[in-house]
Order: sequence, then structure tokens, then C-alpha cells
Amino acid sequence: MSDARTTVTDAPPAWRAALGAIGRVAPVFLVLLILIAWITYLNPRFIEPTFFLNFLRRSAPLMVLAAGQLFVVVTGGFDLSQGSLVTLTVLAGALMAFGDPANTWWVILVLYGIGFLVGVFNGSVTSFLRVPSFITTLGMLLTLKGTALLITGGAPRGALPPNFRAFGRNFIEDVPLLGRVPWAVIVLLVLSVLFIYLFHFTVLGKQALAVGDNQRAAALAGIHVARVRITAFVISSLSAVTAGILLGGFSGVSINVGDGLELEAISAVVLGGAALLGGRGNMPAALAGALTLQALFTLLNFLGLPSPIRVTVQGAIIIGAVGYAAWRAVRAGQERGA
Amino acid sequence: MSALAAAARRRARRVRVPIIWFLLVATFLIAWLLVSLYGRGNFVATSTLLNIVERATALGIVAVGQTFTILVGSLDLSVAYLISVTAVMASYIMQGDPSRVPLALVVVTAIGLAVGFLNGLLVTKARINPLIATLGMGLILRGLLNASFQNFAGAVSPSFQLLAYGMLGPVPIPLILFATVVAAGALVLARTRFGAHVYAVGGDRATARLSGIRADRIVIGAHMVASFTAVLTGLYLASRLRSGAPWIGPDGVYDLESIAAVVVGGTVLAGGRGGVLGTIAGVLIFAILDVMFNQLGIGSYTKQVLRGFIIIGAVAIYAFRSREVVG
Repeated sequence: MSDARTTVTDAPPAWRAALGAIGRVAPVFLVLLILIAWITYLNPRFIEPTFFLNFLRRSAPLMVLAAGQLFVVVTGGFDLSQGSLVTLTVLAGALMAFGDPANTWWVILVLYGIGFLVGVFNGSVTSFLRVPSFITTLGMLLTLKGTALLITGGAPRGALPPNFRAFGRNFIEDVPLLGRVPWAVIVLLVLSVLFIYLFHFTVLGKQALAVGDNQRAAALAGIHVARVRITAFVISSLSAVTAGILLGGFSGVSINVGDGLELEAISAVVLGGAALLGGRGNMPAALAGALTLQALFTLLNFLGLPSPIRVTVQGAIIIGAVGYAAWRAVRAGQERGA
Repeated sequence: MSALAAAARRRARRVRVPIIWFLLVATFLIAWLLVSLYGRGNFVATSTLLNIVERATALGIVAVGQTFTILVGSLDLSVAYLISVTAVMASYIMQGDPSRVPLALVVVTAIGLAVGFLNGLLVTKARINPLIATLGMGLILRGLLNASFQNFAGAVSPSFQLLAYGMLGPVPIPLILFATVVAAGALVLARTRFGAHVYAVGGDRATARLSGIRADRIVIGAHMVASFTAVLTGLYLASRLRSGAPWIGPDGVYDLESIAAVVVGGTVLAGGRGGVLGTIAGVLIFAILDVMFNQLGIGSYTKQVLRGFIIIGAVAIYAFRSREVVG
């Protein structure tokens, strides 16, 4: 702990490092602005507070997932089990609560408990058994999805009580200037601040980056690599449970609610300039990456493209964005004479 | 000194015996035992063994190609949708007419090789992380496919169904197809210059390049091999289902399962070490477990839960073993 404090005082102030990092990954914010401007041009009501807050509400689960995923990605790993954990959260939550509001609080507690265990398992297997995280979490993906289907018999059973669904579905009415403010947006704001704090202003965030950049150097510098890894996976799993609670709130119970979300979260993180295989990442940019992806879905919707074509455009844009980032990195390297 | 060297050689030789083959035999024996004790039917009957091979064929063929991408340090998540594209295009072009079979084969092979070439270009020339590049390619294929076809499209010609249902004497044609692909893959890796370069590039790309290997071409080639095997799997599935539908690739989870089979088979995810024979052992283990679970009456969901742990467990054994050898 004391070592790390010395490092922090030696380095430039954390807020300046964070700002500088944002500057370096600025493209995602620019793309986001362009997308929002385009959507607004097509539908001027989009930036009215009610509509925009609703857009943020729809984006909240993916943003939370991306934030959690970023912790794992900067340590040099992947968490492919996020989407299945979302599905399990929704299905197991509905099964345990069975529509009774009195059950909500202990159910949420149990769900976070499951998430915690999943994260500890992913992190421990990756750290101590040296199984690549891609494989660990791929196995976990199958296991969690299987468990979700097994306990429900393959079809949604039970129901989420209204006070459980409130997080994703309810609004605070008659807020001055803003109108109806969704609970999910408030949850998102609080979590975003928490995530940015954890990632940019605590020792944990710096250690995660160090582990991803050079694991051996990090270990030699006295960082407890396994603990940092496991913590990153736990944060990722807990964020998946949170996303599940939000998604269960506004889209209800279905067996494929979480399908493919892990890949969307990884795409969002990469759009936000994080380097796969670790060592580089920025929390505001990752959150903006998720928002960009959601804005892209919205735009394609407004453009009236048939929904399969939206998937094609999404694929092309992910490739394009990452290709652009890679091209910029190469060019920067050449200019430095590296 | 020489005793030490001899011991080191022995150790080195021991590493090369793919542990996965012991696991395969063990899995088979355990499955045999469990089915004999608690299950229905005879596990070593020819019909059961053929059932195992049939289950292994679709995944096995594409897993051979996936081995190439992983050996060069890349991977391919687009194979599942390429399998769908192939199956749908083949049956759509054929429309049940035997004379159109050659045309269909040419078209799907061209599509497959083009996709593999593009994947390779994205990974090498554009320097895009293979996970993202092939994921994006998969999304592009999925969108184009779903925009054009919603359901089973056309039908393969009756003659083409021989690929899945025909027999050559006592041997089923799918088994011949499977064995041919495996043998070709193993031969290319073991006996050709391309195969040697695949290992060199996967082991250390910079060194390979300095040794005069055109690393980018090798990576592109590996991606084209993977796409070609995805085309073969797509053709096999179209033949077996008598038509192609957009969901058959993603429903089989051929992208993630083929990667899992390769890695369970002992090929290192970072590239450079492993091979086709390990991959096939991995595929066969999955198939044996499938058949065993069926004969034991275990539901498909439980199967999925267990499969997750089996993948993690197998790779953990492998990683643990390699650490013992390293020291």
C-alpha cells in the first residue's frame, strides 16, 4: 500500500493523467457526437430530455457491462461469461422471487453472491491453473447458460416482482427541467462515477493496467497479480449481475436476454480505445464506446434499415473503428521513430 | 552431464506425447463403464461408434481448420456464419437439380476462400485483433444472410445427399470425408513447407519474419484453410439436412466449440504448439460425452453445464502438466 502511494505522488496528478488519456482516445467521443447529431437530424426530438434519458436508460446495461469488461480487458483477459450471467440473473431471479415483492431484497443479495462466486472462480482458474481466460470464461459461458436453462426447464418460470423491475422500468416523475428521470439512469450515473474512481483514482486501477502491460514486471514490482486478476473478474461479474437486474426490469424474463452481450461489451471497450491483451484502457472512453454502439443501433433503426442489415453495418463499423485505431497506433509509432 | 542431457531428452520426449489421447481413452472407458452399468444399449456396438463419429464429423472438419488459425496465433469466430452461408447458398443454387451441383460447389468455395482471405488481410495488413476482425466478419455475414433468407432455402440434389448418407462398401462416406480432412491437415502441418512456416510464425512472428518467412502470407493462408474447412462443414450439414437454413451454424456454436476443441486438444491459444491430432481427440471426447449423456438419459441442459467444466478441466490439466515440466 505504501509503495503504491509513493508511486502516485511521483506521477503527475491522477486527473491530468486521466484527461491526457481521454485526449488520446478522443475519436470515440467524436464518433458518438456525430452519431447523436445524425440521429437528432433525423428525429429532432431525440435530444429532448425525456427521449435522451430514455436512450440512456436503454444504454445502461451495456455501459455497465463494458465498464466491468474493461477491468478484465486491461489485465490482458476476456470475460466471455458476462452474457450468460445476465441470462442466469434474470431467469434465477424470476424463479426465486416468483413475483412476490417481499422476496426482492434477498434475491438480489443471492444474485450478487452468485456473481461474486463466478468472478472468483474465473479469476482463480485463470490465475492459479493458468487456463487462458478466453477458455475459462468460455467454459463458464456454457455452464451458466446450461444452469439457467436447467433450473427453469428451458422456459421462463416465475416472475420478477414490481419492486425488482423498478430499477430498469420505473421513473421519477416531474423532475424540474428533465421531466421523467428513469431510475436506471441514476443507477448508471452513480456506477459510472464509481467505475471511473476505481479505474483512474485507485491503486487497483493502476495495478490492473500494470498487470496487463507486463505481468512479470508487475509481479517483480510487488503487485499481487492473482489478487488483481481475481478482483477484475469479480468486478466484471458483479457488473453483469447489475446489467441483468436492469435488463430484467425493462425487457422482462426471456431465455436469451443475455445472448451475445459479452461480445457487444468487448466491442464497446475496444471502440473506447482499450488494447485487447491488456495494458491500455480508459473508463470514460469505454463507457462512451458502449453509448456509441447503442447510438449506432438507434441510428440504424431510424434509418429504417431491415434489422439484419443493422447487424452487417455493426460488424463493418467495429472492424473499421478498430482498424482506424490500429492504423493510428502504427503511424504514431513511425512518427516517434520507434 | 550426459545422464542429465538424456533425462532432459526423455522429459522433452514425454511432453510430446499428447496427453489428450490418454484423456480420450480414459473418457471412452469411463463412458463405456457408465453406460454398461446405468445406461441403455451397448456402448461398443458399431451403431454407437458410428453415431460418435457422425457427431464428431461436422465439428471435427471445421476444427481442423481452426487449428491452423490458432497455430499461427490468430483465431476465427466467423466460421459459424460461414457454415450457414455455405449451406444456404449450396442448397439455394442447387434447387434439387444434380446438374447444378458443380456450380454450387464453385460458388461456395469461392465465397469461403474470399472470406478467409479478407479475415487474413484484416488481421495482418490492417493489424486488427483477430477476435474483433473475425467477430465483425461474422456479424457482416450474419446480417447479409438473414436479410436474404429467413428459412430453409432450396434443396440439395439427391445425389449430393450421398455426402452425408452414402456408403462406400461398409464405410460411411462422411467418415471418409472426415478422415480425409484430418489426414490432409496433419500432412500439411507435418510434411509441407507451409506447415513448418505455420509453426514458425505462431511460435515467434518476429523471428519467423527475420528468417525470411513472409509471415503475413502464412497467416492469410491459415485463415483461408479455416474458411475452407468451414465450407466443407457447411456442405456436409446441407447434405445431411437436405437443405440449408441460416441458423444451422450459430445453433451448433461451431465458432466457440471449434476453438474449445482445438484448445482442449492441446494446441496453445497463443500459437506455435499443438496440432490436428490433438484437436481430433478433443472433438472425439466431446462426441463420446454427447453419446454417453444421451444413453444415460441426461438432459441437454445438464450436458451443457458439464461441458463447460470439462473444457476448463481439460485445459487446466494441460496447463498444470506443462508447468510441471517447465519446473
